Amino acid sequence: MISKAAFLLTVPSLLAAAAFAALAIPSRAQQQQPTHNLPTAAHGGTIVMLCDGKTGIEVKDLKPGQTMSRAEAQSVADALMAKWQHAHPNEHWQMAQASPAAEASPAASASRGAIAPSHAAPSSSQTQSAANAPAAAPSLTVQQGDTYASFQPRDYKVWKAETDKFVADGKRIFHDDKALGSTIGVSCDMCHPDAANTHPETYPKYQVQLQKVALLRDMIDWCVENPVKGKALDPNDPKLRALEAYIYAQRKGVPLDYGKH
Amino acid sequence: MAVRHKSVETKYMEERGAALRGLRQLDRRTFMKVLAATAGAVMAKGLVPPHTFQLVNVANAAVDKSWSTAGASGTPPFMFAYLSDTHMYVRAKNQRFVKGAVKAVEDVNALDPQPDFVLFGGDLAQLGRPEELEQGQEILAMLKAPVKMMVGEHDWFYDLGDKWQQLFGPPNYSFDWKGVHVIVLMSVHEKDFWTARKLTPAERIQIVAGLDNPIQSRFEVGDEERDWLKNDLAKVPTTTPLLIFSHSPLYKYYRNWNFWTEDAEQVQALLRSYPNVTVIHGHTHQVLFNQIGNISFYGMLSTAWPWPYAPQGLPPLTVQMNRADPYDQLDGLGYGQLNVNKEGLPDMLYNLWDRNPVTIHSEYLRSHGKIYRPPAPQFASY
Repeated sequence: MISKAAFLLTVPSLLAAAAFAALAIPSRAQQQQPTHNLPTAAHGGTIVMLCDGKTGIEVKDLKPGQTMSRAEAQSVADALMAKWQHAHPNEHWQMAQASPAAEASPAASASRGAIAPSHAAPSSSQTQSAANAPAAAPSLTVQQGDTYASFQPRDYKVWKAETDKFVADGKRIFHDDKALGSTIGVSCDMCHPDAANTHPETYPKYQVQLQKVALLRDMIDWCVENPVKGKALDPNDPKLRALEAYIYAQRKGVPLDYGKH
Repeated sequence: MAVRHKSVETKYMEERGAALRGLRQLDRRTFMKVLAATAGAVMAKGLVPPHTFQLVNVANAAVDKSWSTAGASGTPPFMFAYLSDTHMYVRAKNQRFVKGAVKAVEDVNALDPQPDFVLFGGDLAQLGRPEELEQGQEILAMLKAPVKMMVGEHDWFYDLGDKWQQLFGPPNYSFDWKGVHVIVLMSVHEKDFWTARKLTPAERIQIVAGLDNPIQSRFEVGDEERDWLKNDLAKVPTTTPLLIFSHSPLYKYYRNWNFWTEDAEQVQALLRSYPNVTVIHGHTHQVLFNQIGNISFYGMLSTAWPWPYAPQGLPPLTVQMNRADPYDQLDGLGYGQLNVNKEGLPDMLYNLWDRNPVTIHSEYLRSHGKIYRPPAPQFASY
C-alpha cells in the first residue's frame, strides 16, 4: 500500500480524485455484473440492445432459441447504430484508426481528460505505482486508434489500485484466523510467512495425497479444512479468490513451472 | 495432565532406545555385521524411507560419536536434551499444539540414560496469556530431568514478561555444568512500537506473533543485558567452553521474519576470545546451523509447526531438511539431544518425528563443512 500513498501525494489533484473514485468502487467479487434491463418485445420477437443499454430494436421474426445469419445480424447492428446516431446528432463518432494525428494532439488529449505526457514521465514514486503501464507516451511513432492504445496512464493506475486492493484483502484473510473460519486459532501465515513455500507456480500438478491433479485453490481449500480446521471455501467465494490473488502476488516474476514437485 | 497410556511413539522410542543401547555394546567388527544384516533385511522387505524406522541410520548415529565413552581429558562428556517452540494455546482452544508438546515430553522422558537437563527453547505460549503459560508450566513439569527455561517473544509481549518471570524467574542467567559455562539469554527485546500506537496488550502480542508482521521491531539483546553478559564472562577463563542459549539466532539470517538479532555482532564480539563457543537457538523451527569464526550455531526444532527456509540469507553450511509434508501434522517437528564431548563441544541430534534422525557432528561446522557433511535433501525449499 506504500505505492498507493505515494501516488496520492504526487499526482495532480484531478488524478487523485479519480483514484479516490476508483477506491470507492466495490471489488468485483462484491459487485453485481452490469446487465441490460430489456423491455418486453411488443410483437413476440427478440429485443436486441446496443452496448449503451438504451438503444434497442425488436427483431420481429427472431423467436427465442433461433439465431440470425451473419448478414441478418449485420443489418440489425447497422440499424441499431443508425438509430443511435439519429438520437445523438451532435455526438462525433470516430471510427477506429480514422485520425491518428488528432488523437496525438495535446488539445485532443486534454479534451478527454487525460494527463499530458510530461505528467506521465515518471518520478521514482510514480514509476512504482505505474509499474504495469506501457512505458512510451503516445506519439506518432506508435500505433494509435485501437482499444488498447486509447487507455491512458490514469487507467493503469486505477486498475493497479483495484488489483492491489484485492491482493491486500487476500493478505488480511491469510493472516486472520477468524476470517478463515478457523476453530483453533490457526491462520495461513503461521506456516507460510509472506506466503512462503506455497509455490503457486507449480500448479496444476498431481497431488498424491489428494489422488488427483490439483490447482492452487484445491490446496488452499485443503489447508483451510485441515490444518486451519475451518470449512472449505466455495471456488467462487470472494475469500478464496482473494487468498489466491495474494499468494500469486507474492511470487511475481517467478517463472511458471506447472507439474513441478 | 495425567498420562495413563503410552502413545505409539513412546513405545517406538523405548524400542529404539533399547536397540541403541545394545548397539553401543558392540565392537566395530560385530557392528559391521549387524549393519550388513540390518541393511539386508530392510532391502529384502522392500522398505524404503520414510515408511520405515531405519535401524541402519540410527546405528550410524550411535557409533559416530564420543558420547558413550568417558572423556580421557578435559570435561566429562554429558548429554542434554531440548524441546522448543511449543506455541501452546489453552487446550480448550487448540489441542494440536498441546499434543505436540506432550509428545516431546514423553519422548524425552523415554530417553535412557536421561539427559543431565532439558533446555526449553522459548515460545511456550502462543499469545502470552497467563493461562497459556501456566498450562505450559504444568506440561513441562512432567519432565523427569531438570528443566532450564528460556523465554521467547510469544511468552513475553502480552504483559512484558510479568507472568513468565513470576513462574520461571529471571529471563537471563548462567551456571556451570561439568566444566562448561552455560549462559541463557533473553534475546528478544524489542524497541517500543506500541506506546505511540496506543496498542492494547492483546494487539501488541498479536503483532509480535505474526512472523511477517513488519510493525514490530527487530530482536535485540540490548545494552543492559550485553553489560550483564560482559560482567558474567569476566569471571570465566577463556579456556572454558561456552554454551549459549538464545531464542533468536545470534546472527543475521533473515530480517523480515526476525530470524535475526539486531546487535548480534556486538554479542559475538564478547565471545570472540573463547575458542569453543556453541549457540543453541529457537525461533526458526527448522534444521539450521551456521559457523561464524569461533562460534557454532544450531537451530532447534519446534513441536508445533515447521517454518519454511527464508528466501534469503540461509547460512551456506546449512544442509536443508526435506520440505515438510503438509498432510502429516508431525513432519518436520521434533526435539533434540546434544551430546557434549570432552572439549565441551556438542554434536546435535535432531530427533525428527516421522523421519530419520539427523546428526550434525561438531566437527562439521568447526571444519567449515570439510568433514561429516550431513546427507543432502531430496526436496529443498522452493
